[in-house]
Amino acid sequence: MSDLETFRKDTKAWLEANCPAEMRQPPRSEDDTCWGGRRWKFQSDAQRVWLERMAEKGWTVPDWPREYGGGGLSRDQLKILRQEMRALGCRSPLDSFGIWMLGPALLKYGNEEQKHEHLPKIARGEIRWCQGYSEPGAGSDLASLQTRAEDKGDNFLVNGSKIWTSYADRADWIFCLVRTDPNSPKHSGISFLLFDMQSPGVSTKPITLISGASPFCETFFDDVLVPKHNLVGTLNKGWEIAKYLLTHERDMIGGMGSTSDSRSLGQSAAESVGLENGVLGDTVLRSQIASYEIDAAAFRLTMERAGDLAKVGQAHPAISSLLKYYGTELNKRRLELTMSAGGSDALEWEGEKSREGFTARAWLRSKANSIEGGTSEVQLNIIAKRILGLPGA
Amino acid sequence: MPLVLNDEQTMLRDNARGFLSKNAGIAHLRQLRDSRDETGFSRKLWKDFVEMGWAGILIPQNYGGLGLGHVEAGVVMEELGRTLTPSPFLSTALIAASAITHAGNEKQKSHYLPKIAAGELIATLAIDETSKHRPENIALTATRSGAGYALKGAKTFVVDGHVADLLIVAARTSATPGETKGLTLFLIDSKTKGVNAERTPMVDTHNSARITFDNVTILADAVLGKIDEAWEALEGALNVGRAAIASELLGAGEEAFARTVRYLRERKQFGRLIGEFQALQHRAANLYCELELTRSVVLKALQTLDESFANAGAIVSIAKAKAGATATLAVQEAVQMHGGIGMTDEFDVGLFMKRVRVGQELFGDANFHADRLARLSHY
Ligand SMILES: Cc1cc2nc3c(=O)[nH]c(=O)nc-3n(C[C@H](O)[C@H](O)[C@H](O)COP(=O)(O)OP(=O)(O)OC[C@H]3O[C@@H](n4cnc5c(N)ncnc54)[C@H](O)[C@@H]3O)c2cc1C
Repeated sequence: MSDLETFRKDTKAWLEANCPAEMRQPPRSEDDTCWGGRRWKFQSDAQRVWLERMAEKGWTVPDWPREYGGGGLSRDQLKILRQEMRALGCRSPLDSFGIWMLGPALLKYGNEEQKHEHLPKIARGEIRWCQGYSEPGAGSDLASLQTRAEDKGDNFLVNGSKIWTSYADRADWIFCLVRTDPNSPKHSGISFLLFDMQSPGVSTKPITLISGASPFCETFFDDVLVPKHNLVGTLNKGWEIAKYLLTHERDMIGGMGSTSDSRSLGQSAAESVGLENGVLGDTVLRSQIASYEIDAAAFRLTMERAGDLAKVGQAHPAISSLLKYYGTELNKRRLELTMSAGGSDALEWEGEKSREGFTARAWLRSKANSIEGGTSEVQLNIIAKRILGLPGA
Repeated sequence: MPLVLNDEQTMLRDNARGFLSKNAGIAHLRQLRDSRDETGFSRKLWKDFVEMGWAGILIPQNYGGLGLGHVEAGVVMEELGRTLTPSPFLSTALIAASAITHAGNEKQKSHYLPKIAAGELIATLAIDETSKHRPENIALTATRSGAGYALKGAKTFVVDGHVADLLIVAARTSATPGETKGLTLFLIDSKTKGVNAERTPMVDTHNSARITFDNVTILADAVLGKIDEAWEALEGALNVGRAAIASELLGAGEEAFARTVRYLRERKQFGRLIGEFQALQHRAANLYCELELTRSVVLKALQTLDESFANAGAIVSIAKAKAGATATLAVQEAVQMHGGIGMTDEFDVGLFMKRVRVGQELFGDANFHADRLARLSHY
């Protein structure tokens, strides 16, 4: 047996022995997924146990180095772990911005002290992070951000405000883009800071989404003191880190285009709409679903190919813009079709039958996919410029 | 298997690209068209293909072929698509060779395969009878007659039909049109009495023919594979053809796109390069994504034919549908973004539009394959 086959066998056995039955059910609400942090309330013992066991193995962040709480897995091993988790229907033990975004950026740009301080806590789900990028005047044009950080000897003094900060009211720490040199051109005066959300002067105000949920906030900084050792990378060189982190965010959001739902959209539509002579009763919907399924399959394979290309060093650095753009547009298409297939049932907003409007809320939430992490239009700009080399983009 | 070409496959691609851009290419297609060439392809070029082993690319080595896989076949098809090169590679080296390899008995294999590999035999599958691809609707009948069969009916859209030496004919031996059972494949010499091929010049200048079978009598040893149960073999041969055409469409679509992007960087209006206009940038970027998705799924389909031939139906349909839709978008955008010059016969992008339209139709268009996929998925 090859090493990888042995790894697959061992992984499967370990997952079977250690993943609690309850954690093999698909999540039915956002809280069914553990986000960790000082204030996290476990939904159940199973959720806690699952996190602890996976963190123990380093498998909340399977490909991070072991010394920072990761599993030290190779790309191939990671792929196997994911496949085996999917096969058993295992939930993710821990989702977080620390895992998806800050971790990769710290691994690349953080100093040893910062890595040892922050990465293991992300891996164990002890600290929950939020992302302080967008501001009221700086969305797509992120580099025009105005939040100031002034040099005060041992500290920076931070003033300004952020908006759309997901989970700012539940997060323990923030990674934040601040302007440290107001006099240089917009991309070159930005720095990347980390600080505790409990620092004096930080406040948050939740904003309600069209889905009814309130996952993001306005975040205000009023004379917040941040110790200088919390600067990541070089002063005024934060834009490079910011962009690097965005590629990871985009991969993650784009990944939503490849759903983990094992049942095809066509099959669930067959249940709600019904079949006539073996084909879906609504034939127009049927062809829309089939063409969605074709694109979804091609997209899944493109995610896979992007990984394979990365392994042989042939992936284009801007590939994450393709995945973000296509994956999110695809996810929106899926939810439009789910609404169509569900008919009036899918419109229910409250009550047990609809699981408190699960479908309608998911449909509305999906609309943010092509906005958050850089809009679809921005991704197309990046592809036009960086991949196609079109002028003036 | 990783979704990237290995070193040998990459080398094959580079060689094919180099060879075709030098020896074939658009000028070659124009020359065939403008001289109303009777064969419809260059025998000399086909001889070069034979020398490089391409005529036997899928044929096992013990029958004189290279014994390579569908990925390699697709790599060559993609380059043929890029250069719009007409050749019997698809009809003969891929579809016919695959049908005989998979369904033939020892005698048939050792008789036909070495000839195909040596370039001595042009062969093609005759399948469609109506203007849309509906293989289960085959109505051409083969009835028992003496020691063999008598065939009656007509085929259309037969690739290389007027130059083929050998026809692989799908005929109904029992049951009724619409049923997948009751079909049988026959190997028929095109010179047999009662066989009449009429070339049907197509929009793309590639070969196609209508063939009538007027009480064509043949011996029972002409049966390829199982009597009444040819569906599986037929699907196998069609899947090879579909995946191959998907590769060709990908090549043609990519080339049309590359030419378009070049033009966007060159052409000026309103004092600016037209590639600065965001309306065009976004359409180009979207098309780039579609082409990348198509590349992933076409490669997967080819790999699946290599790894699990009998289970490739769904992924081949996905690939053919996706490639048809993407290449269609690519050539439409190509003509539009070139403006007036894109509409001229002298300029090349129109030729891509024509070939892609034919490739889209051949062996089932995107709608056919979307429907097939939905059926396979029970909805
Ligand atoms: C659910 C959700 C969660 C979020 N979470 C976070 C978070 O945790 N942290 C954080 O920092 N931010 C977060 N964001 C903010 C997000 O990154 C911004 O909304 C996004 O970057 C767009 O900025 P904007 O909202 O200011 O829109 P704008 O930039 O004002 O865009 C408005 C429209 O103009 C288009 N547009 C803008 N510029 C161009 C251009 N150059 N070419 C073509 N079209 C253009 C856009 O595509 C869009 O359609 C979140 C957003 C959402 C919806």
